[in-house]
Formats: sequence, structure tokens, C-alpha cells
Amino acid sequence: MNPAPPLLSVRDVHKKFGDVEVLKGVSFDVRRGEVICIIGPSGSGKSTILRCINALVPIDSGSILVDGQEVNDPKLDKLALRRKVGMVFQQYNLFPHKTALQNVMMAPIHVLKQDKAEVEARAYRLMKKVRLEGKEQSYPGELSGGQQQRVAIARSLAMNPEIILFDEVTAALDPETVKEVLVTIRELAEDGMTCVLVTHEMGFAREVGDHIYFTDRGVIVEHGAPKEFFAQAQDPRTRQFLDQIL
Amino acid sequence: MEGFYDWFRWLYDATGINLTIIYDAFDRKRMISGFWMTVRLCLICIALSVAIGVVGAWLQGSRLKWTRRGVQTFIALFRDTPPLVQIYFFYFGLGALLPRVENAYGIPEPVLTNVQWAVLSLSLFAGAFNVEIFRSGIEAVPKATVEAAEALGYSRLRAYIHVVLPLAFRICLPALNNNIVNLVKTTTLAYAIAVPEMLYVAKQIWSDATNVPEMMVFLLLAYVFLVGWVVWVMGRIERALKVPGIGL
Repeated sequence: MNPAPPLLSVRDVHKKFGDVEVLKGVSFDVRRGEVICIIGPSGSGKSTILRCINALVPIDSGSILVDGQEVNDPKLDKLALRRKVGMVFQQYNLFPHKTALQNVMMAPIHVLKQDKAEVEARAYRLMKKVRLEGKEQSYPGELSGGQQQRVAIARSLAMNPEIILFDEVTAALDPETVKEVLVTIRELAEDGMTCVLVTHEMGFAREVGDHIYFTDRGVIVEHGAPKEFFAQAQDPRTRQFLDQIL
Repeated sequence: MEGFYDWFRWLYDATGINLTIIYDAFDRKRMISGFWMTVRLCLICIALSVAIGVVGAWLQGSRLKWTRRGVQTFIALFRDTPPLVQIYFFYFGLGALLPRVENAYGIPEPVLTNVQWAVLSLSLFAGAFNVEIFRSGIEAVPKATVEAAEALGYSRLRAYIHVVLPLAFRICLPALNNNIVNLVKTTTLAYAIAVPEMLYVAKQIWSDATNVPEMMVFLLLAYVFLVGWVVWVMGRIERALKVPGIGL
């Protein structure tokens, strides 16, 4: 029996911004229910990889398959792709003119045309899931960074995505609120949500990641299961990075 | 009520201040209809010019070069020419070129009345400014916020309607208020093509009653009142849209 094909398959992806080649042939697979963490120094192309996966940034060459759908295709149905791929940003990027609950409800109603009452019930459940019961009617401006980020996670979950991309979601947070966001992500991972995390939280990556990828200057230098990766990384660049961080 | 009118007749006899628009039934009726004409012009032109602004700003963000150029040309034409010249251009220039249609009595009539031409040209005039005002608001909406909408599957139009426009509107409201106040005042230019709004009616009244200073003072106060009311309404809208955490 063949194993199920990976949910996300990235193959030899190249991307240039002007003269700067940000991705120089990146390949990796993510299976359903897996959590992978991408780590690496700033400017190594980590965030660009995520933005390519949901077609916010077009790629120059290579292939990205999401649930069998080719992203590098001029006829790509971006909306269909983005229903499968959720994304959570470093700066939360909530809609500031809507309450937390409305932020969660908007896309299912506007994009998926789902029934409002049903979406509202789901939004309340999701707010509870990210431990923000009672904050439903608050505006983003009234919430702390950690709370806003959890609203952003709930907003992404409301679309029932197959996979969620987390782009340095704790990088803009106060140290004391980082934990509450990480707890939320860990619970998602335990529920079996497929996650791709770009992160600087090494301890967290080691704990929740099924697989760690280290990127530097547009290539994946090294990867492995967390235990082996952190204990016995081979490449000098990885070693140097880990020594600086850990 | 007769006593009230009598007092103004007495005022005229005693001081020479002649307010026919209060004590004279005919002038009163004329001025009231002039006032409502001004109010109607204002409300219709405000609505149309805001609609032009919203649609124009959307087209300005189009991927098609010629659509963007078309909007630019429209703005150049209507922002950079005097509104009075625009009204004359429409009514005497364009109006004369259009064919006439026969009305119910078989008499040939222009396709658009002078009131309709005034509405059209004033709306386009204020609309050209509104396009630029909305554009300034749209540019102030963070790219990342729009990207978040895109990542949730919003198309460009849906993101514009549900995310970009509501935020841009709040940002550009002070500038929009100014333009609307200007528009209310510019409706007096409809006088030039005999639209019976307040200024036109006032002129008719002072021609009959030779009470020019009185009508001038009345006009000034009437516009203070009208614009004051518009500003008050816009202030209410501004407060109603206020959202905690957006620094507006």
C-alpha cells in the first residue's frame, strides 16, 4: 500500500525580488497532521516560502502542490487555494474596524457564503477554543498583542483550512504573552491540524515540531526530526546559528 | 400667525427693514421652494459625488492602464476647471448639441432640464475631488491588512468593499467633510442656469421688493444654518464610525 501523498509538496522553488535571489531551489514535503518548523537567520527566505505557498507571492520556477492543486499555474484559482491554506501573520493584521467576533465571522460569510447564524455559533466556539471567551465584542485596538494573535488564529480556523501557515507569529509579542499564543498553537497541533511554522522559538520548535528545516540564504541547509536536529546538526552554518540562539 | 406677520409689516414701516419673505405669502412660498431646491441639490449631489468617489477610487486601482488613465483624465478635467465654466459647458455647450425630444404636448424640449444639468455637473465636479480624497484614504490602509483579507480568500472587489473602503472612509472623513461643505456652497452656481435655488429666488425677490441688503443678510444666515447642519450631521457620522484603537 502506498503512503498517502503529502498534503503540501514544495519542489525546487526559485524566487527573485529584482536581482536578489531569495529562494534558490527549496524543496520539502508536509504530510497531513504534521507540524514542521522552519528556522534560520533573518533574510534567509523563510517568510517568502510561506507567502509563496498561498500565492501571495508568485514563484519564478518550481512547483508547489497543495492537496494536489498546483500553485505555480497561471490559471490557479487563488480563492480555492486560500480556502485550504490559512495564514497567521507576525503583526496579526486583524481588521481594526470589526470586533473580535466579527473578525472571525467575516470571511466565512463573505467568501464562503455560509449561513450567518451557523458561522456565529462556530465563531463563539472558536473564541472559546483560543481562550478569549468574553472578549467577543472587543475591538482589536482594545486587545493585547497576544489576544489579537489568538483572534487571528481563530479567524484562520473559521475557514476550516487544511493547513495553517504561521509567519513568526510570536515575534511581535511581549515575552509574557508569547506563551499563551504558543499554547494555542500546540493545542491545534495536538488536534491534528497541519501546521507550517516559521519561528524563532527554538524550544517550542523542538517540542511541537515533527520535522525541523534550517534555511540560510535561500536554501534548506539541513533538516531532521527535532531531537536529532538540535543534538547533532552537521552543517557549520546550522551549528553557528544554533549556538547563537540557544 | 397673522400677528407675527403684522409685526414684520410694522418693522418695515418703522425701520425700513423689509422682510417680504416672512410677511408676504407669495415671497414666502418662493423662498421656501428655493430653500428646498437647494436642499435637494445638496443631498442628490452629495450622494452622487460620494458614489463617484468610491467607484473612481476603485477604478484608479485597476490593473488596466487605460482605465486608470480614464480616471486621471476625468479628475484633470473636473478638478482643474472652474465649476461655473463646467456648468455653462454642460448646459449651453453639451445641452445645445443634444437632440430635443417632444413632450406630451408636442413641444420640443431639451433632453435634460437645467436642474438635471446642474445636478450632473456639480456631482462630477465634487466627485473628481472625492476620487482623490478616497484614494488618499485607500493609500493609508496598511498593505498587510489587505494581504490578510487576500489570504482569507477575499477577491480584490470583496476586500475593497469589506475591508479597504470602511477603513479608508474613516481615514479620509475630515477631507470628505470639507469637500461636502464646499459642494453645498457651490450649489449657488446653479443660479447661472436659472435653477430656482435660494440665491436665484433671493434675486427674484429683491428685484421685486428692492430689499437687497435684507436678502443678502438672509442668504448669508441661511447658508450658515445649512452648512452648520451638514457639519453637524457629518460629525455625528464621524462619531458613529469611531472604533477604539483606530487613531481617528
